[in-house]
Amino acid sequence: MSTNTPVLKIQDIHKSFGNLEVVRGVSFEVQKGETKVFIGPSGTGKSTLLKCINQLTAPDRGNVFLNGIEIVHSHGKINLYRQKMGMVFQNFFLFDHLTAVRNVEISLLKVKRMTRKEAREKAMEELNRVGMVDKADSYPAELSGGQSQRLSIARALAMDPEVMLFDEPTSSLDPELTGEVLDVMRRLARGGMTMVVVTHEMGFARWAANEIFFMDEGKILESGPPAEMFTRARFDRTRRFIKKMTELYAEEQDDR
Amino acid sequence: MIDSLQFIHNNLLPALWEGWGKTLRLIFMSVPFGLIVGILVATGRVYGNSPLAFLCRTYVLFFKGTPLLLLLFMIYFGLPPLGISLTPFSTSVLGFILCMGAYSSEYIRGAIQSVKAGQMTAAQALGMTRWQGVFFIVLPQAFRRALPGVGNEIIYLIKYTSLAHIIAYIEVTGAGKIVAARFFRFTETFIVVGIIYLIMVSVANKLLKTLEKRLSFPGM
Repeated sequence: MSTNTPVLKIQDIHKSFGNLEVVRGVSFEVQKGETKVFIGPSGTGKSTLLKCINQLTAPDRGNVFLNGIEIVHSHGKINLYRQKMGMVFQNFFLFDHLTAVRNVEISLLKVKRMTRKEAREKAMEELNRVGMVDKADSYPAELSGGQSQRLSIARALAMDPEVMLFDEPTSSLDPELTGEVLDVMRRLARGGMTMVVVTHEMGFARWAANEIFFMDEGKILESGPPAEMFTRARFDRTRRFIKKMTELYAEEQDDR
Repeated sequence: MIDSLQFIHNNLLPALWEGWGKTLRLIFMSVPFGLIVGILVATGRVYGNSPLAFLCRTYVLFFKGTPLLLLLFMIYFGLPPLGISLTPFSTSVLGFILCMGAYSSEYIRGAIQSVKAGQMTAAQALGMTRWQGVFFIVLPQAFRRALPGVGNEIIYLIKYTSLAHIIAYIEVTGAGKIVAARFFRFTETFIVVGIIYLIMVSVANKLLKTLEKRLSFPGM
């Protein structure tokens, strides 16, 4: 494997639900340490695309290469590849019956087969990374939205993934809680984590993205570095969307 | 009155002790395995491939649709011609396990289906296989939700064990019946036997409540 093999290479992904083709041929690459951000109106296939990457949704057509290895047709081995792709969901999907620390621990114990001691240490380390050590013994129902999402990030990070997939991580949070989640994500990006992010947070996109993709009707309409997309996007559709979102999420603009 | 107490003390209780012990043996042998069968059948119905799901559905239909007593007769009298002879004890335990498994599987199935789909999605996203997701994430949550219903089944089972005496396993009801007939003291006998069941059910209830409390989690 050469040094410039992309961590992720997505090739011509298609996905339909019934007669509706939600993703209509999307290709892109992510190099190590890069953050790629997908923006675009709701219902344009961004989340479906993300789920097609780690095969939570099976694409109808196209390929996904993780470190150069094709994983769409990996059959029984997909759970091995998923360990390397952390995913954060809009609705957290924390394990309701487990405390925060056990939410992080369970995959270490059952998937990575660590000992109890190793798993606990690693879990506490990850909780520390997202500022949740004092909530280690709380159950998901006892956490705020921001805390829940930080916990779900810790849970994904504990597997030491090579790439993190974020599916609208702040969309179900109260506006005053988005900041603490975006902080964690910014720190990850700064720390060199490879990330693919679907978000409406223009401030984050502008700050963190190496490249922004504007998706419309299942396709990438255009893409480019933030400076270009924010100031001289080619399509009127893109410009109007970015303008509208920037106004909506203005408070995130002037961040760090 | 004195006469009754004397009968209870001298004749009835000594005869019932052994029967009570046998009742408890039936309960302790049937409940854990009945639960295991219930969990497996429910899991098979929800997550199994179609032949397995069909098999589990048929099992539940069969055992829900036939009286337990008939089931015991079938095992006890119907199997020997096929070369399978079971003792009254084994027959009773097998019948109780199969019956409890069928009923409790319905509660557990409902509980499994009430666990949000996102729980499985998250488990798989972390690299768990489908079955790991089922056993480590879905079932622990489902079991907690099924517990009140399953607890009811356990209590039914405690009382159903009285059927065992009909195929000659003399548990507490059977022992009572024998003493009552010999001394012609039906009223006292069946009141005492009833109290014994009340005690067992009360203890089971208490244990189940404690377990429910122990296993509950916030936001359930």
